[in-house]
Amino acid sequence: MYLSPTAKISLLFLAIAVAALFFADIAITTVNPWRDLGQFFLGVATPDFFSTEGLATALLRTVAFAFVGVALGAACGFLLSLVYRFYPVRVFCAFIRAIHELFWALIFLQFFGFHPLTGVLAIAIPYAGIFAKVYSEILEESDPVPGRLLPPGTGVVSAFLYARIPDCWVQMRTYTAYRLECGLRSSAILGFVGLPTLGFYLETSFSQGLYSEAGAMLIMFYVLIATIPLWVKPKLLPVYVLSAPFFLGEGMPIVWGNVERFFTEDIIPAPIRNGEGLADLGAWFNDLMLNEALPGIWNTLLLTQIALVATGILALLAFPLISNHFGGPVRRTSGHVFLVIARSTPEYILAYILLQLWGPSMLPAAVALALHNGGIIGHLIGRQTNTLQLRPDAPNGFNRYSWELVPRVYRSFLAFLFYRWEIIMRETAILGILGIYTLGFYVDSAIQQIRFDRAMVLILITALLNIGIDILGRYIRRKLALQTMPTC
Amino acid sequence: MAMSFIRKLMLSSLIVLIPFAASAQTFVFTAIPDEDESKLVERFRGIADYLQQELDVEVKYIPVKSYAAAISAFRNNQVQLAWFGGLSGVQARELVPGSQAIAQGVEDQAFFNYFIAHKSTGLERSETLPEEVRGKTFTFGSKGSTSGRLIPEYHIRTIFNEAPEDVFSRVGFSGNHTRTLRLVEAGTYEVGAINYAVWEKELEDGNINTDDVKVIWKTPAYPNYQWTIRGDIDERYGDGFMDKVREALLAMDDPALLESFPRSGFIPTSNENYEPIRTVAEQIGILD
Repeated sequence: MYLSPTAKISLLFLAIAVAALFFADIAITTVNPWRDLGQFFLGVATPDFFSTEGLATALLRTVAFAFVGVALGAACGFLLSLVYRFYPVRVFCAFIRAIHELFWALIFLQFFGFHPLTGVLAIAIPYAGIFAKVYSEILEESDPVPGRLLPPGTGVVSAFLYARIPDCWVQMRTYTAYRLECGLRSSAILGFVGLPTLGFYLETSFSQGLYSEAGAMLIMFYVLIATIPLWVKPKLLPVYVLSAPFFLGEGMPIVWGNVERFFTEDIIPAPIRNGEGLADLGAWFNDLMLNEALPGIWNTLLLTQIALVATGILALLAFPLISNHFGGPVRRTSGHVFLVIARSTPEYILAYILLQLWGPSMLPAAVALALHNGGIIGHLIGRQTNTLQLRPDAPNGFNRYSWELVPRVYRSFLAFLFYRWEIIMRETAILGILGIYTLGFYVDSAIQQIRFDRAMVLILITALLNIGIDILGRYIRRKLALQTMPTC
Repeated sequence: MAMSFIRKLMLSSLIVLIPFAASAQTFVFTAIPDEDESKLVERFRGIADYLQQELDVEVKYIPVKSYAAAISAFRNNQVQLAWFGGLSGVQARELVPGSQAIAQGVEDQAFFNYFIAHKSTGLERSETLPEEVRGKTFTFGSKGSTSGRLIPEYHIRTIFNEAPEDVFSRVGFSGNHTRTLRLVEAGTYEVGAINYAVWEKELEDGNINTDDVKVIWKTPAYPNYQWTIRGDIDERYGDGFMDKVREALLAMDDPALLESFPRSGFIPTSNENYEPIRTVAEQIGILD
């Protein structure tokens, strides 16, 4: 039987995910999951906007951290993109973006403490790596013709500003604006480790079962994201960026001695720090690999593969919700609302909520990852189907779905999915902080035991794993000649 | 336009790097997040007001999200005083040479834990941790907690001669004691370990459905919570400041404040009193 390469690869990944299901820890451990879920939805339906004094401040801080972090990341990313052709720069950027914002925050918390810089850098650093990559791709693809038409003797800077930038400007602006939305999500979840953004208050309300309070916060967050086109205007942008640093809150003063101590003592492997021999270092490393890194890597891979395929299935099921080729305006509107909520809620928050309701296992994490990522991809390919013109006598209903639309969007669907593979893995690792035994669990445990040497090795391993998946994902996309635009 | 945009971006990034002003002489303290945050905030805001009155400096409480964050803030000198558990106190004092355990609750001299179980297990109170808990699901409190992690893990290992992951079918970390109570009460976990003070207070306040969740074992006693202060405190706030803080804590007699802990009063303590905790932590590998 002949199978196209895209079908082969799809079936291969499906088979891996099914096999992974046998090894994975999938269970609902709460006695009454539906009652809890019901209570949660009741809370969202009866939001209480006035109970928390901090709601307005939390939103303000969330926006401020997002603006400052993204602006700083964009500026540094732009500078890096100019030298992106150099191999060490590329490796450096791949490395800093392979470490999740929350991990960066956990690192900076150890020496900057609760200073705004912790949150700003946690967003800016990984974003700089991403901006560098995307900006350089945009610059590379710019039309070379204007450059050739310049008179001889034109300076490099002038040539760059007048012949390259104008051609890329719209694309760069669009991408930066899109990244701001991602920045708001990143900023919100930083609260879960103690920064003064939305996540801080959400965790407080949620862990105490105050669903109406939590519901109010979630609703405000959706409104904030959905109204971005209304309040983020090009003309207002400089005002926001310039004033945002003043709304980060005071935090606690930085003690610079802590920074030195962190780099010269804390992260040095304990056997070296204590002047023990190489044999002890070997034993230390062995113990770390066997008892923490390997189980963490195994669980991270299992969950990633399950979540990836679940994301794909959900995206394929969800895109008709917003496609012009199905249903009426009412259904499309509710489809839009569903997908906006799914993609605006960070995986971390979704996973946190589901874990509370269903108890700890990989199930809530897989569902959260699938909902968020499936929402994003479903939205993108749904929009893509709206540009398709079908023949007037095209079939209807299920036949239209399976024989007309899915085949036409399948390649870009796969492209998005493989693009998000690395993102899903990065999130999978981080969800360990919530108590699923992925790499993040062991990183968090090491930090809770004030063993930053171990935490750093585990974070490094996580980064390498992400880089590996990124390379593999790009290889598959190239093999299948799949093209896509970046998403976050 | 491109240039001006880039210029604006760079300018704003400069502003970020300007250090933030903070009032230097505020005396800041924190506490490990062992219970519901709103309870902690209410309790420690009361303590902040009380200390401010007694010490004549501005006193501020900052809530944190994890035990490690409390230890780090103390170590980084961003807070100068902390309400630690037994283990977090030992960890913090090891990291900050010269720091002192200055006061503990009367009850903290001989603190203990309850193991609790959901009604579906059919377990009743007994003299030791019964063999029937094997194969059940179990939750600790926070990873860095004394009463939520260290002591229960120690007893599980001693009684069963096995790691908790091997005794129970599923081991989790609820986050704090209130959550442990709620999770076992709801049956999410069948068995859990909880700090007795939180249990007794919630019971007194009528927040526990004793049909759903029962105490099945009470652990032997151990030293727990204490106020720990940095050793360099006098250099920053003037001679004798540490003594003033100690006296203020020991003299606390407002029933509402004490009831919020709940402790009947505070008594002097010292670093040496927590040596048993260090020994246990080293035995189960939490401390090197």
